Amino acid sequence: MVIELQGVGKIYSPGTPAEVTALHDLSMTIKQGEFVAIMGPSGSGKSTLMNLIGCLDVPTKGRCLIDGVDIAALDATGRARLRLEKLGFVFQGFHLLTRMTAVENVMLPLVYAGVPRGERRAMAESALRDVGLGERGKHRPSELSGGQQQRVAIARALINRPPILLADEPTGALDSKTGHDILALFKRLQMAGQTIILITHDPEVAKNADRVIYIHDGALVEDAHP
Amino acid sequence: MSKAQIVSGTWPQDRKRRRVGFLDIVEMALFAVRGNWMRSVLTALGVIIGIAAVIIMVSVGQGTQAELDRTIANLGSNRIEVWGGSGRMGGVRGGAGSISSLTDGDIAAIRNEISEVQYIAGQIRGGTQVVNADQNWNTQWIGMQADYFPTNGWEVIQGSVFSDRDYSGGAKVVIIGTTIRDKLFAGSDPTGQSIRVGRVPFTVVGVLKSKGQSGWGGDQDDVLLVPLETARRRLAGPMALPPGAVQSVSIGVARAKDLPVAERQVNELLRQRHKIAPGAEDDFTVRNLTEMVSARNQTTRLMSLLLGAVASISLIVGGIGIMNIMLVSVTERIREIGLRMAVGAGPREIKLQFLAEALLISLAGGAIGIALGIGGTLLAARFGALPIDLNAEVIMLATGFAVATGLFFGYYPASKASRLDPIEALRHQG
Repeated sequence: MVIELQGVGKIYSPGTPAEVTALHDLSMTIKQGEFVAIMGPSGSGKSTLMNLIGCLDVPTKGRCLIDGVDIAALDATGRARLRLEKLGFVFQGFHLLTRMTAVENVMLPLVYAGVPRGERRAMAESALRDVGLGERGKHRPSELSGGQQQRVAIARALINRPPILLADEPTGALDSKTGHDILALFKRLQMAGQTIILITHDPEVAKNADRVIYIHDGALVEDAHP
Repeated sequence: MSKAQIVSGTWPQDRKRRRVGFLDIVEMALFAVRGNWMRSVLTALGVIIGIAAVIIMVSVGQGTQAELDRTIANLGSNRIEVWGGSGRMGGVRGGAGSISSLTDGDIAAIRNEISEVQYIAGQIRGGTQVVNADQNWNTQWIGMQADYFPTNGWEVIQGSVFSDRDYSGGAKVVIIGTTIRDKLFAGSDPTGQSIRVGRVPFTVVGVLKSKGQSGWGGDQDDVLLVPLETARRRLAGPMALPPGAVQSVSIGVARAKDLPVAERQVNELLRQRHKIAPGAEDDFTVRNLTEMVSARNQTTRLMSLLLGAVASISLIVGGIGIMNIMLVSVTERIREIGLRMAVGAGPREIKLQFLAEALLISLAGGAIGIALGIGGTLLAARFGALPIDLNAEVIMLATGFAVATGLFFGYYPASKASRLDPIEALRHQG
């Protein structure tokens, strides 16, 4: 098992007039090698769920275990270490550093993983080849198309070989053809054993997953295996 | 297919864990500084000026200090100066020597009765115009006795000192300082030549060895010496000194450790001779030159402190510039920080990155500041005729200041960056 949520709740600004309950009592298990889509309208709490699974935030109640580690027990440094080792992020807006080339962007996580300087570039070039961008390594993000930028981001997310790939609306900023290519890439990664969690509001995108979890008003509505 | 390569292979967590390396941090800092080249240079400017100021101030301060120490050594710690009393005209007090309460009799008594005294010379002084042909110069004259040379450390380099007959007979002879020689004789040998002092023609018999600038900043070589008797008869006219009076007396003591004793004895003897009742004020002033110089010394120390304060303030201003720009830099790069946190950077790595950036700016500024400071110090020595003492300690002090400025003022922005919430940071617009 890769991720286990046990009665997880999240309340923002508790005890103040601005108190918001984003998640109530949510439980689920995601296993190694699954391709899961988390769906829900905006405001449903799926972003909060992603932040918890992504170890960017901690629950106010319940337990959130990533690869058996309770994230609430970790400090900021421990959570950073967990993200480094267990999680790769892909964002809707790519989040590439504009002043760096594609290869340099992909190399970024290796710095924090303590990979020796001499090995980084070759690793990043190989990761870029794996997402089909072998020739584009020296280009800046501004010289790449949206689909190419997202491939660079995927290569960066996977460079440290994390067990979980977490993608937040990865096709949201792309046209449908390019979006399909990215989803096909996810499919292939899953074949190779990668756990993929996709957050989306788009049912068409969610169709690509083996399992779709619907969230509404902070609660699990349906856990389907279509 | 090739995708499998991503997932298979060695996983980094199997490797031996290492912290972010020193080179990585330096690389990140260089990358950020290069990306905002002009801004970095302008930010460093504050540190450049501060460090240059520190170096110049400290070098000149130390140089002045060393010069003063030399002056004290030159003066000797075995000299006493006695000045005539400060007179009182109604409520107005004159300065020391304004009443000529000291006489030839006092001098003779000190010489005869105080065994510690090795040299003693009475003086009167005044200002006058000196003329040689078409050259003239305004200077001060000193009417003095033979012991004036050893007590004040004067030597004659051209010609000779006055003879006993010159002193006793009031001969119209003069020994001039090098400044007067240069002004009136333009390099030619002045000995044996005639010059006019005031309206009286004198014969130049010698030239004093140059002493240069005094610790007080005056030109010690702009002086002419005449025998005391001559001065009384020929030059002191309008001052209307009583017969046998002198304005001041220089006393040399053979051994420096006898100075306090001699000082006390001179004081007692003069009070007795001047019939001053116990408890009444002295009509003379005894000055120990060492004390005067050390007072001056303290003033210099205070000046150094003040200059140091000015330099520190400019460093603080430079540091605030760094802090300001680093805060801007953190705000501008919130998304970058969020991303770095998402891919595994902990608070420590983010803090190090921004601290290194601040340190790089301050160190680069420090290096340029050191170069400018050395240049400025050498210029001050060359064109400002200031004594300097430029040494490795000053450079190390400046380097230390640069590092401290970067660390101190870089810490807050770096710590602020490290405490950012990764979710907020990733979501940040702009």
